[in-house]
Amino acid sequence: MNEPAILTVLIAMLGGAIRVSTPFMFVSLGECLTEKSGRVNLGLEGTLVLGAMVAYAASYHTGNPWLGVLAAGIAGSALGAMHGSICGLPRVNDVAVGIAMMLFGVGVAFFFGKPYIQPEAPRLASIPLGFWSGSASLKSALQVNPLFFIGIALAIVMAWALRNTRSGLVVRTVGDSAAAARAMGISVNLVRLMTTTVGGFAAGVGGAFLSLSYPGSWNQGLSSGQGLMAVALVIFARWDPLRCIAAALLFGAAGAIGPSLQAIGVTQGYYFFNAAPYILTLGIMIATSSAKHSARDMPGELSIAK
Amino acid sequence: MSNAPLATGAPRELVGPLATPAAGSDFAARLRANSEYVVIPLLALLIATALFGIFLLAIGKSPVDFIAYVWRGGFGTAFSLQNTLQRSAPLILTALAVAIPARIGLIMIGGEGALVLGGFASAVVAIPMLGHVPPMPTLILMAIVGMLVGGFWVGIAGFLRYARGVNETISSLLLTYIGIAIMNFFVEGALRDLSDPNKPSTKPLGKAYMVGTIPGTEVHWGIVFGAALCVGLYILMTRTTFGFAARVTGGNFRAALAQGLPVGRLIVACSAIAGACAGLAGFFEVAAIQGRANASLAAGYGFTGILVSFLARHNPLAIPPVAILFGGLVASGGLIQRRMGLPDATVLVLQGLIFVVLLTSETLYGRFSIFKPSGERDRA
Repeated sequence: MNEPAILTVLIAMLGGAIRVSTPFMFVSLGECLTEKSGRVNLGLEGTLVLGAMVAYAASYHTGNPWLGVLAAGIAGSALGAMHGSICGLPRVNDVAVGIAMMLFGVGVAFFFGKPYIQPEAPRLASIPLGFWSGSASLKSALQVNPLFFIGIALAIVMAWALRNTRSGLVVRTVGDSAAAARAMGISVNLVRLMTTTVGGFAAGVGGAFLSLSYPGSWNQGLSSGQGLMAVALVIFARWDPLRCIAAALLFGAAGAIGPSLQAIGVTQGYYFFNAAPYILTLGIMIATSSAKHSARDMPGELSIAK
Repeated sequence: MSNAPLATGAPRELVGPLATPAAGSDFAARLRANSEYVVIPLLALLIATALFGIFLLAIGKSPVDFIAYVWRGGFGTAFSLQNTLQRSAPLILTALAVAIPARIGLIMIGGEGALVLGGFASAVVAIPMLGHVPPMPTLILMAIVGMLVGGFWVGIAGFLRYARGVNETISSLLLTYIGIAIMNFFVEGALRDLSDPNKPSTKPLGKAYMVGTIPGTEVHWGIVFGAALCVGLYILMTRTTFGFAARVTGGNFRAALAQGLPVGRLIVACSAIAGACAGLAGFFEVAAIQGRANASLAAGYGFTGILVSFLARHNPLAIPPVAILFGGLVASGGLIQRRMGLPDATVLVLQGLIFVVLLTSETLYGRFSIFKPSGERDRA
C-alpha cells in the first residue's frame, strides 16, 4: 500500500498523539486536582518515573499488567501523601518540596528499577480500533490503549464533580480562599493532603502507561520532563480537566512529530524535534502568562503563577 | 511576582539588621541567633542519614560499611580527597547558580542546562583557535564565552519571569532540557568529531589546551575560582547597593517597585550571574576534565547543586564546605557500587532523602527558645 509521505506522517502523528498524550493526560489531571486545592506539586515528574518502574516490576512479578497499573497508582499516592503532609507543616514551601520530591522519586525509581531493565513484563493490550481500515499504518495508529479512554472518563467525572458535588465545592473553596474554608470549618491541610494524594495516584497511573504501553519498557531515560510539562500544561488549560485533555492531545502531537518523521526516513534534526515539546511548553507559558495580572481562572491560593 | 514568602528563608544577617534587644554582648546574641541556621540543617542531615541507614538495613546492607566507603572513597586517602575536590568545583558553581537568584526571591533550577550549554559553547569556540592561538588567551576566551552563554540561558528565565510572569522554576528546568537537546543536536551532527567512532563529541582540545592543575596536586583550578566567586558574590550581595537592592526585591517585591528600584534589571542580572556561574562550571568540565563537549557534561551536577545551595541556606560562604561534602558523596559513588553491590542511584536516593528532610526542617525555625536572644526568651 503506497501512501503519500505527508499522509503517512499525519497518520503517524494521529497515532502518536493518542499514545504520547496519555501520560500527559493523567499527570495533568492529577496536578489539576492538586492545584484546584491551592497547592502545587512540582514533584510529579518523580511520581511519573516511579510509577513507571513500579508498574513494570509489579506486572513482571504478578503477570497481570493491570495489577501493575494499580501498584503504580499506590506508589504515586505514597509520594503524593508525602508531599501533602510535608507541605502541611508551617513555613514549608511547596515548590521547593516539589523539586526535592522530583529528585527523590527519580532516585528511588532508578535504585529499585535496575533489575527490571532487562526482563520482559506483560504489557497492557491495546484495543484495535482501526479494524475497519485496510491501511496498515492507520491500523497501527488506532491501536488505542484502554487507559486513554479511562483518562478521558476521569476528566469528565472530575469536571462534573468539581462543579456539582459537595466535595468539589470544598476543594474549590480551599483553593480559592483558605481563610474562607477555615471559617466554614474545613481542614485546609486535610483537603490538600487528599488532593495531592489522589493527584499522585493519577500521575503514577500515567507512569504505568509509559512502561506498560508506550514506549512499553522500563529504562532510566523513559521520562525526560513529561511530568514537568504536564504541570505547565495545567496553567495553559486554565485548571479545567476537559481542557487538560485537549492540551494533552496537542502536546502528544508535538511529541509525535520526531518519531513520525523518522518513520518516513527523515532523520535530520532528530534532536530538534525531540526538543519540540519543551519549546512548545515554553512558548505556551510565555503566551498565556502575564506580568500584570494572574492567570485567568487561577485558584486564588496558588503560588505558582502569581 | 510571587508575594508568597520564600520558605527557603534567607539568613537573618543577610536580610536585614538584626533586631536584638541589647541583652548580653551583641556578638553573643548574634552567635546565638545565627547558630540556628547551622544547627537545624545539620540536624536535618543527621536525620536523613539515619533514615537512609534504616533503609539500608531494610534491604540487608550495612550502614556502617556505607559510611566507611563514603569516607574511603571521598575523603580518606590523598587520591580520594583530590577526586572529591575535583567534583566539588562544579557543585560550588552550580550551587551559586541557585543561591544568587534565591536572594531575589526566585527558585531557579536551570544550572544543569547552563552548565551543558556553557561547556559546549566554550568547546566550540576553541575549535578554530587550536594550534593558531596560544593556550592562555584561548582558555580565557573559552571561559568568557561559557559564562556568557550560561548567563544568557538562565537570563532568559529571569527575563520571562519579569516581563511575562512565567514561573521561573518550570521555565528554567524546561530550558535545561532544551539546552541538552541543542548540544546533542550539534554534537551528533554538524560539530561531531568523525575521527572518534565511540562517543559523539566535539573535536578534542588536546593536552596543551587544557586547564592545568594546582601545583602539587591533581586538582584543577576550578575549585579555586569557585571559592573566590563565593567570596566575591557574598560581598556583592551583602555589601553593595546592587546586593541590597536585590535583597529588598526578594524580601518585598512591591516595596521595591514603590521605591523605584529597577526590579526588572535586577532580576535579569541575578539570573544572568547565576547562569554565568553554571556556564563557568561547564567550561571547567570541558577544559579541565573531559577535554571535549559530549553528553557526559549532563552528569547531574546542576541538580546536586540545587541541594547544595538549599543546605547552605543560599549563603555563598557556606556553599564551599557543603559542596565538598557532596563532592565526596558523589566521588564515593563508584566505590559503593562496586564494593556493596548497590546500584549507582544509591547516591541519588540519599540526596533526595536529605533534600526532603531538609525542607521539612524549615518548619523548626523559631521553635527552639535556645536560639532566641535572652531578652526575647524572658518575654516568651
